[in-house]
Amino acid sequence: MNMLAEAAVEDAINRDSARTETVKMQASGVNVFYGEKQALFDVDLAVRKNQVTALIGPSGCGKSTFLRCLNRMNDTIDICRVTGSITLDGEDIYDPKIDVVELRARVGMVFQKPNPFPKSIYENVAYGPRIHGLASSRSELDAIIETSLQKAGLWNEVKDRLNEPGTGLSGGQQQRLCIARAIAVSPEVILMDEPCSALDPIATARVEELIDELRENYTIVIVTHSMQQAARVSQRTAMFHLGRLVEEGPTGKMFTNPEDKRTQDYVTGRFG
Amino acid sequence: MSGAAPTVPEPFDWSSPQAAARRRRRYAADRRLRIYGLVSVLVAVGLLGILIASLVVGGYSAFVQTHIAVEFTADPENVPAGDPTSGNYRAVITNAVQQLFPELESRSELRTAGDILSKGTANMVRNHVVANPELVGRSFTLEVPASDPFDQLNKGVIDRNLPEDRRRVSDFEIGLFESLEARGLVSTLFNWALFVNSDSRFPELAGLAGALVGSFYALLVCFLVSFPVGIAAAIYLEEFAPKNRWTDLVEVNINNLAAVPSIVFGLLGLAVFIQLFGLPRSAPLVGGLVLSLMTLPTMIIVTRAALKSIPPSVREAALGIGASRHEVILHHVLPLALPGILTGTIIGLAQALGETAPLLLIGMNAFLTTPPGGVMDPATALPTQIFIWADSPERGFVSRTSAAILVLLGFLIVMNAIAIHLRQRFERRW
Repeated sequence: MNMLAEAAVEDAINRDSARTETVKMQASGVNVFYGEKQALFDVDLAVRKNQVTALIGPSGCGKSTFLRCLNRMNDTIDICRVTGSITLDGEDIYDPKIDVVELRARVGMVFQKPNPFPKSIYENVAYGPRIHGLASSRSELDAIIETSLQKAGLWNEVKDRLNEPGTGLSGGQQQRLCIARAIAVSPEVILMDEPCSALDPIATARVEELIDELRENYTIVIVTHSMQQAARVSQRTAMFHLGRLVEEGPTGKMFTNPEDKRTQDYVTGRFG
Repeated sequence: MSGAAPTVPEPFDWSSPQAAARRRRRYAADRRLRIYGLVSVLVAVGLLGILIASLVVGGYSAFVQTHIAVEFTADPENVPAGDPTSGNYRAVITNAVQQLFPELESRSELRTAGDILSKGTANMVRNHVVANPELVGRSFTLEVPASDPFDQLNKGVIDRNLPEDRRRVSDFEIGLFESLEARGLVSTLFNWALFVNSDSRFPELAGLAGALVGSFYALLVCFLVSFPVGIAAAIYLEEFAPKNRWTDLVEVNINNLAAVPSIVFGLLGLAVFIQLFGLPRSAPLVGGLVLSLMTLPTMIIVTRAALKSIPPSVREAALGIGASRHEVILHHVLPLALPGILTGTIIGLAQALGETAPLLLIGMNAFLTTPPGGVMDPATALPTQIFIWADSPERGFVSRTSAAILVLLGFLIVMNAIAIHLRQRFERRW
């Protein structure tokens, strides 16, 4: 690894030592089937509060599948079946009594490809608060939109053109708009599925910076293909391979001294 | 890697004659494919051109009508000043004809001369006098349509040079007509009657107004039924229905329904709406219901395709911030699918507009001289009107049939143009 990544790893180790260790979400014995095919095997993983957990692994290893289990996005796929338990603050999210709308409001999601609604920037951010009834007046809604866009680092760029279509922004701006949209419903956890894979390096750096800032208030789970990104933004890293969780630990340790040979090979670029 | 070393192939000689010949054959195949396509397109366009041209050639003469300027006198003896409605207008016309041809003596000659004017003349004169009561006791000139044989004579459809026993009008009648022509009383005007009047036994009075109103009501009913039902069914099947044997069966049946011959829907309408529900025959309500049965499968298929074409990212975006299912569908998917749905709807309605067979079965081919006042009144529709006219023996209906087809095609083109416009206007990119 180059010097930059080395420094990032060093940094991550330092960040590691000072933080709370409360578990926000806990997956135990999670199996996922698509029809006959099993995509995830017996995954146990804890997502810690106010930390960034990175999920890494080669394509098709099940990391995105796992991510989508955390807010039950897999429900929309007819043939998908999930067994085992996933809890949010100790509550099983696959309990039939759980309200999936509330769950998805508490566990927001940012997707691989920026997907703003084909509406104005304002409407994009306002949509969530509006359907959940988070604002009782127009001024309250305006305030939510301003804070969300500010937290997403987009406010200064768009404050003068809130009525222009969100799809007219650049890729990086669109992705930050999607993050603002997710933040606007005040989630507790934000899931990010390769949020930078469609962005150029400058936009990527901007989003990574943002992720680090967001950690203050939110718990973040991020799927990434970039080792450097995982090293730069996350406190803990989980390595998936062929549908199984290979290894999970503090990011610094995972990149410098992994226990599993496969992790070692993957993070050093020998396969994947 | 397996043990045996793979044999290294000879480097391929791109300039060898075989390679060149092979490339030439591939290019020739490209060219042939292109020519087949071009020829098919030309054949299709050519046939369409022949159809339109033959309709225009056959039908353009129906858009004009021979009129004769006649001076009528509403003398108080025939038309009472207090009640112009009840006047003896037949006598008014006889007097006018006598004035027109003072040289004619016998009653039968005068009757023959009177036949040059349309049978509707008495009605037209009465309407004119009733609308302008101050005309009683005065003379006025009115352009009245010539009756069909003379209209055809004027348009050249009836050849004056044929021997007398082989044409509809006698030499004597031609003489009378030519004397009118010589006096400059004959004119060829735009045939407003074609759009203003309803059907009539006399071609010069027959128009499409009743059929247009009937078609409008039938399409209105068809739209009001099939649009909401089609969209709701499509949304359920696409978004909510579990994928199992039952929904597969429903799906297969909807697709089959789209291929059922339309006359079968007519029979169904006859049996269910008229026999069972006791709805009136010939009513646009029944016609519209039958047409909506026909358009429903198309509508469902088109709407499902439109819903399916919305990228999953839009659904995921909405689901990801906790939108419920109906919010995802109503706020995001449906608005984006709407251009596609509207296009499909209009094309479905255009199909329904041209549908004849089911309407014949439920009696929408009645002979009606007034437009329907509502969806429960007996009515005809454009295609059934064409059917009726095509069946009529009078010479004048030949060109009117073509003209009616042109009007129908005109409406279809307008509807398709609206569909294209809507698609371009509302299509949003994401």
